[in-house]
Amino acid sequence: MHVVLSISAKRLALGLATLLAISLIVFFSVELLPGDLAEAVLGQGATPEAVAALRHELGLDRPAAVRYMAWVLDLLHGDLGRSLATGRSVAELVADRLGNTVVLALAAAAIAMPLGVGLGILSTVYRGRAFDRVASTASLAGISFPEFFTAYMLVAIFSVKLGWLPAVALVGTGESWLQRLVVLTLPALTLALAVVAYVLRMTRAAIVGVMAAPYIEMAQLKGISPVSIVIRHALPNALSPIINVVILNLAYLVVGVVVVEVVFVYPGLGQLLVDSVSKRDIPVVQACCIIFAATYVLLNLLADVLSVLSNPRLKRPRQQV
Amino acid sequence: MQDHCGINRRGLLLGASALGLASSLPLRASAQTPRKGGTLRIGMADFSTSETLDPTLMDSQFQQNLHWQLRNNLIEVGPGGVLIPELAESWEGSKDAKTWTFRLRKGVTFHNGKPFTADDVIYSFNLHLKEGSKSQARPLLAQVESMKADGPEVVVFELKDANVGFPAITSAVGLYIVPNGETDFDKGIGTGGYILEHFQPGVRSVVRRNPNYWKAGRAHFDTVEMICMKDATARANALLTGQIDAYNSVDAKTVSLLQRGNAIRINRVKSKAHFAFPMMVNQAPFTSNDVRLAMKLAIDREDIVKRVLSGFGSVGNDHPLSPAYQMYSADIPQRAYDPDKAKFHLKKAGASDLRVQLHVSDTPFTGATDAAVLYKAHAAKAGITIDVVKEPEDGYWSSVWSKKPFCATRWSGRVNEDVIFSLVYSADGIKAGWNETRLNDDRVNRLVADARREFDTEKRRALYGELQRIVHDDGGSNIFAFSDFIDAVSNKVTHGELSGEYMLDGSRAAERWWFA
Amino acid sequence: MNILGKLNRAPLSAKIGIGILAINVICVLFAPWIAPYAEGQVVGDPWAPGLVGAPEGDLAPTTLLGTDHLGRDVLSRLIFGARNSILIALLTTTISFSIGITCGLLAATMRGTVDQVLSRIVDVMMGFPTLIFALMVLAILGSSIPVLIGVIALLDATRVFRITRAVAMDLEAQDFVEVARLRGESIGWIMRRELLPNAVSPLAAEFGLRFCFVFLFIATLSFVGLGIQPPTADWGSMVRENAAAISFGILMPLFPASAIALLTVAVNMIVDWAVASTSGVRNDN
Repeated sequence: MHVVLSISAKRLALGLATLLAISLIVFFSVELLPGDLAEAVLGQGATPEAVAALRHELGLDRPAAVRYMAWVLDLLHGDLGRSLATGRSVAELVADRLGNTVVLALAAAAIAMPLGVGLGILSTVYRGRAFDRVASTASLAGISFPEFFTAYMLVAIFSVKLGWLPAVALVGTGESWLQRLVVLTLPALTLALAVVAYVLRMTRAAIVGVMAAPYIEMAQLKGISPVSIVIRHALPNALSPIINVVILNLAYLVVGVVVVEVVFVYPGLGQLLVDSVSKRDIPVVQACCIIFAATYVLLNLLADVLSVLSNPRLKRPRQQV
Repeated sequence: MQDHCGINRRGLLLGASALGLASSLPLRASAQTPRKGGTLRIGMADFSTSETLDPTLMDSQFQQNLHWQLRNNLIEVGPGGVLIPELAESWEGSKDAKTWTFRLRKGVTFHNGKPFTADDVIYSFNLHLKEGSKSQARPLLAQVESMKADGPEVVVFELKDANVGFPAITSAVGLYIVPNGETDFDKGIGTGGYILEHFQPGVRSVVRRNPNYWKAGRAHFDTVEMICMKDATARANALLTGQIDAYNSVDAKTVSLLQRGNAIRINRVKSKAHFAFPMMVNQAPFTSNDVRLAMKLAIDREDIVKRVLSGFGSVGNDHPLSPAYQMYSADIPQRAYDPDKAKFHLKKAGASDLRVQLHVSDTPFTGATDAAVLYKAHAAKAGITIDVVKEPEDGYWSSVWSKKPFCATRWSGRVNEDVIFSLVYSADGIKAGWNETRLNDDRVNRLVADARREFDTEKRRALYGELQRIVHDDGGSNIFAFSDFIDAVSNKVTHGELSGEYMLDGSRAAERWWFA
Repeated sequence: MNILGKLNRAPLSAKIGIGILAINVICVLFAPWIAPYAEGQVVGDPWAPGLVGAPEGDLAPTTLLGTDHLGRDVLSRLIFGARNSILIALLTTTISFSIGITCGLLAATMRGTVDQVLSRIVDVMMGFPTLIFALMVLAILGSSIPVLIGVIALLDATRVFRITRAVAMDLEAQDFVEVARLRGESIGWIMRRELLPNAVSPLAAEFGLRFCFVFLFIATLSFVGLGIQPPTADWGSMVRENAAAISFGILMPLFPASAIALLTVAVNMIVDWAVASTSGVRNDN
C-alpha cells in the first residue's frame, strides 16, 4: 500500500507544479490576446484617455510579471483576488457556479458511466451479434451530432413538442432537489449522449484486446460461459484502460460543458470563463482555469492510483510510474 | 456568442430624434387601463458577466434595462422620439443657445428615502465629466463649460458653444441620476419604479415594484426578472414553452416561424440603427473616391435586406440618417446596385481587378458575416474581388473595428442629427476615436458647427441636407441597411405605443408594460 | 490474398461502410462536377423545402434537399462540404495520431525523464479546458484553416498520447516485452514490433472516433464564432448555421448532421472490420 501512497504524494506534487505552469501560461496568453480589460469594458469608441484612466485605476499599467507575482502571492494567502471588471470577490463569483457545474457533471456521469461501461461489457459478451451492432451503430450516430444540435433536438421534442421538461435550466431561486433534477434532465442527457458512445467503444475495445490472451483461450476450452469469461477473466485485466477512459470523460464533463451551458442557460463555470476571457478579466480567468486544471489533475491521479491497484505487475518497485 | 445585438456596445448615446418627429411606427396603441401585478420575465440577449451598476460603465442592453428599472434621467424619450419631462419638469435655453436651465421635479425621493435635489443632478453629471472619468458619455458632455445649482430645484448648464440640441442629450444612456455622494452603485439606489432585489452579473436580476414611485401610471409589475440568455434558439424555446414572457434581439429568420402559433406576438419597430461596411478614406485603395463609389455601387442592398435581415429593415443610402430622423433628406436619389457603373468608376481610378479584404465577425450585428459573403458575390459581377476575413467575435471592437481599413460596423440611432454627424463624420470624431472612416472634410466640420447654432428648423434642414449629400457622395461608409428592432412577447403582455429608441420599448419595458 | 477477394468476404456492415465512404470520396474528388449549383450560389428563399419533405401541393421545388438559411442549395453545399470537411478531418486526425502515438510509445518505453517531461506537458495541455485553449490560440493567431488544423491536431494528440501510453505501459509490464528487452532489442524495435501491433486495436477504435470529433469540434468552434471561414461549406458549420430551425420543425439541419453521422458510422464499421481481420481475434463482427 505504501507504494500507492508514495505514488500519490509524488503525483500530487507534480500536480501542483502543473497548476503553476497552467496559471503561468494562462496569464501570459491572456496578455498576448489583442486588447485588454480596459478596452474590453469600455467597448467600441473608447477614448484613449478613458482607457488610460481605467488602466491606471486597475493597475493594468504595471508590468505583467509584477501583476503575476502579486496574484501568486495572494493565492498563497488563500486569496483568489477580485474581479477587475466588477470588483466582486472572485471566490464568491466562482463558488455558486462551480456548484452548478459539479451537480450537472455528476448528473451526466450518473447516466453515462454505468450505461457506457455496461453496454460495453454486454457488447463484448454478445460480440458480433445483433445487440453489439445496434449498440455500436446507435451510440456512434448519437455522438455524430454536435452537442448543441443534440440539445436543440431534445428541447424540440421534450419541451416544445411534448411539454414534459423545461427548455432552459433556470436554477438558483431556492428550488427543491426534485425540481432541480427535473431542470437538469435535458442538459445531463445531452452531455451523457456525448460520452456514452466513447466509453462504450473503449470498454469494448479494451476487453476484446484482452480476449486474445492465451489464458482466455484456456478458459474457453474449459467450457466457462462467455459472460463469466468476460466478467471474471477479461474485465479485470482490461480495467486500466477502462478506468482511464471513464476518468478522462469525467474530466470532460466538468470542463467541456460551455456549449451545454449556453444552450440551456445554465449558470456554470464554463460560461463565466468564456465571458471573462473575452473581457480579459485575468483574476477570474485564472481562478476558473485553476479549478478546471485541479479537477483534471486530481481525477488523473485517481486514474493512476486505480490503474496501479488494478494491475499487480505495476506494483513492483522496479517500475517508475 | 451568436447573437450580440451590440447596440450599445458602441456605447451610449441615444436613439431618437430629440426634436420630436415620429421615429417609430405606432404599434398597437392599447386603450386598456394598465393592470397591476404579476412577474415579468425577460430573456436578455446582450449582457456580460463583468457588468456593474456604475453609470459610467455602459456595456449592454441588460445593463441599460436594469438602469431604467432602478433610475431615471432628466428627460425621457417617448414613442416617436418625443422628449418627455422626467426628473426635469421643464427646461429652457437662452437666445444664444449657450445657457440651459432645467427646473427639477419636487417631492421625489430615492429608494433609500433621501429627497431628490439639484445636488444629485450635478453629482451624477460630474461622474462623467470629472477629470480622469472613464465614461463614454464624456465626449457628449465635453461641450459643458459649467454646471451650477440655483436652489434645490434648478440646475443651470453653461455650454462652451451654442447647441440647440443640448436638452436631448440629458436623456442619454448613462446620464442616470444617482444620489449625491453615492459610490456603491451596485446597491442600485435610484428614483426609478423598481427596487433592486438581486443582481448576479451575466446570470439574472430581480427587482420589485417601488411602492412610492413618483411617476403616475407606470411600473405595473410586482416583480421583474431578467435572465441572461446568449443563445437565440434558447430564448425562442424559453418563450415557446412559457418560461419567459418576452425576449429581445429576435433572429429575423425565425420571425415567421414564431408567429405560427397564437401565443406569441412579434414587436417590430423601425429604428435608426444602421449596418455598414466603412472604408478608411486615408488608406489605399480607398483614398480614391472612384474606388469608394465603385464599392458602394457593387453592393445589392435589397438582396442583403431580404436575406440577412429577412426583410426586417430597409435599404440605406450611404449616409447615417433614416427617415426616422427629422432632418432626413428625401432629395438624394437612392443608390442602386449597378455593376457596370462600378466598373466605369474602377476604370477611371485605374483599379480594374480590384482586390480588397473585408474584415468581419458577427459582433457588430448578427448576420454580418453572411452580409459580407453576399457582398462578395455581388461585387464579383463588377470585377471586384472581396476576400472575406472572419475575425474572432471576441475583441472585435478593440482590434478590428476602426483598425482595419475595411470592416463591418453597426451604429445605433443617436439622439439627434448633430450627435451622429459630429461624432462619426467630423474632425472632432477622429480625435474622439469614433470616426471610423477618418473622413476629414472642411465642409462637414463647418456645416456641423453652423447647424448647432441655427434655431430655425428650415435652415437647419438645409444644412443637414447638405451634410447628407456630402457623406453620400464622398464619404467612406457603405451604409447599406437600416434594421428594425424585433422583440418577441407573449400575448399575455400588453403595452401602449412602442418606442423605437432601443429594443424592448426603448429599454423601458418593465416600466411601460403590463399583463392583460 | 488480393484486396477484392478480401472485400468480398467482408461482413455486410463493412461493405456498407465502404459504400458510404466511396460516395464521400467521389464527392471529395468531383464536387464541382456533381454539385447542381456552385458552393455559395443563392438559388431560392431561405429554408425553402426541397423535393424531399415538401408539403403536398407546394410549388414544385427546384432543389432536392431544399435551401439553407441564406437560400443556398443544401445538396450542393453538402457535396462541397464533404470535400472541405473530410480533407480537414483526415489531415487533422493523421497529424494528431502521428504525434500522439510516437510520444505515447516513447514515454512508455523510455520511461524516466522522457516519460516525465512528455506526461507533464500533456498534463498541462489537458488541464486546460479544450475550448478555451482553442479560443485563445485562434484569437491570437487568427482563425485560418492551417491554424485550425494545427490546434485541433495538438489537442487531440494529447488524448491519443494518454491512451497509447496507458496501453503500452500495460503491455510493457508483460513478459514478452521483458523478454525482448533482455534480448537486447532497441527501443525503436520494441516500439514498432512489440508495442504498436498490440496497441492497434484500441488505437484504431480511437481513430474512428477522433476522425468524427474533428467535425464536431469545428462545429462547436463555429458555435463560439471561430471555425471555418465563410462561404466555405463545411458540414459542422452547416449544422450550426441552421440549427435554430429545428425548434420549429424544419428538418434541414438534419441533412448535414446525418452526413456527419453516416460517415462516422461508415468509418467505424470499416475500422472494426480492419481491426478484427488483422488482430487475429476471432470476431465475427
